[in-house]
Parts: sequence; C-alpha cells; structure tokens
Amino acid sequence: MENFTPVSALIGGLMIGASAALFLVLNGRVAGISGILGGLLHPARIEIGWRLAFLAGLFIAPLVYAAVGGALPPVELDGSLPLVILAGLIVGFGTRLGAGCTSGHGVCGIGRGSPRSLAATAVFMITAIATVFVTRHLIGM
Amino acid sequence: MPLIVSAFASGLLFGLGLIVSQMVNPAKVLGFLDIFGAWDPSLALVMGGAVAVSTLGYLIAKRRGVPVLAPRLEIPTRRDLDPRLIGGAALFGIGWGLVGLCPGPALVGMTFGPWPVFVFVAAMIVGMAVFRLVPADWPQVTFRREAPRVDG
Repeated sequence: MENFTPVSALIGGLMIGASAALFLVLNGRVAGISGILGGLLHPARIEIGWRLAFLAGLFIAPLVYAAVGGALPPVELDGSLPLVILAGLIVGFGTRLGAGCTSGHGVCGIGRGSPRSLAATAVFMITAIATVFVTRHLIGM
Repeated sequence: MPLIVSAFASGLLFGLGLIVSQMVNPAKVLGFLDIFGAWDPSLALVMGGAVAVSTLGYLIAKRRGVPVLAPRLEIPTRRDLDPRLIGGAALFGIGWGLVGLCPGPALVGMTFGPWPVFVFVAAMIVGMAVFRLVPADWPQVTFRREAPRVDG
C-alpha cells in the first residue's frame, strides 16, 4: 500500500461529490460524464449549451489548477496504441449501453440509492478487477 | 445563461476533484483495480467522499423539489435491472480495466497528458456513436411466448 494517498483522495472525492451535488441542486441534472458527452451525439437534443459548458469546465480544470500553483499529477497511460483504441471503443459503447459510468452510476446513482446504479457499479468494478487480474497476473501484459 | 455558468462551474469543480485525487492518472486507477497486486485503496476513498456529498445534494434537491435554476429535476426513475444495464456495465468495466481510463479522467487528462489519451477519447466517442446504431430492443434475452399472428 506504498502508493496510498488517503488525504488527497478524500479531498478530491469531496470536491467531486460537491460538483455532483451543485449540479443536481442548481441544474436538476445528474453529473454523469458519459451521459453528458453522449447526449451531444444526439443532434435532436437542444440541450447543447449546458453540456458543452460542463465539458469545458472539465477541460479547463488542469489549466486552472496549474494557474493557482498546483502541481499537476502525472498521467501514466501504458499499453499499446491498439489496446488504448480498443479500450476507448469499449468504454464508449459500454457506458452508453449501460447508461452510465463511474460518475453517473458510481457517484450520483449510488448517492440516490438507485438499485440500477448499485448493480451497475458492482458489475463494472468486478469486470474491471477481473480484467486487471487477467492482463497483469495471468498473461502479464 | 445561469444554467450554462453553473454547468461550467460544476464541470470545473469535478475536473479539479479528479486532479486533486489523482484519478486522472490511469496508473493510480489500475493500482486500485489490482487487488491481487500492490493494492492502492485511494479510489475507494475518492468514491466514498464523493458519494457522501452527492447523497447530501440529492437529499437537498429532493427536499426543495425544484432545482434552483431549472424548471424540474431530471433524475432517472427506472429501478429495474435489465440486460442492457448489466451488459453495458460489464463492457465498461473491461474497457476501464484494460488501460485505467474512464470518461471523466480521459477528458481532463486530454489537455496535459500524453497524446494516447487523446486517441482514447476519440475512440470513446466513436464507441458512443456506434451505440446509436444499436436497436432500442437489443439485446433481447427475455423468454416470452409471442401471441400467434393472425392476418386479416
């Protein structure tokens, strides 16, 4: 557990929760990233403004963090390019089919006590842990 | 306009939370998912803290009944489990476990991470677009007897 960073994890988690709470209380919406992004792919929707605004906030966050003197953490993405592409395709498709990701189901849905989100979170945690077990310990990728 | 500003502020705070918690780092996420290796429990604390405050927000929103800036709450109301939900979640977990990126951290990490993060985001958007081609009743795994069709 030498990499465990409990304080920054808890503070960051509280910020993410505060974002989800603000978005629900002010805008009446679920702060689910895959849903907000995926909704942009439906041209019939007219809710493009707030979706783009939320994504712009995500986008600008590193710049703001660096501007106020924060040291940005590393982004260590290993794996071959084909694997990264495959992972991206599966994440995009799977989050739309399952109607949510770590934020929509994990943070917002569990916060509401939604049985669908509890089930979805349990399932994606299990398949993610199983995938890491297979890639790291069985075939040693 | 206030809706746009609050959406931007929420997105910014979300992104800052992902940076502070280091969840933008796929290696950190994989460290959590690797429970049989050098396990890093950080993600559990991120989720715990986030769910606690998000629950509080839900209770406030429910008590108010109406959002501050919008005409009504847009909250999913379904409670049933179906093959799409479970299958989609299972797929998402596999993709997440392959490289350690989920949608939020991928979008935040795009601006300062290595370029393959950008490739991941592009592939993710393609995956979302492909989903649009899927019929609304797929996959059908319910076993029900259809009533015999009678013409005329």
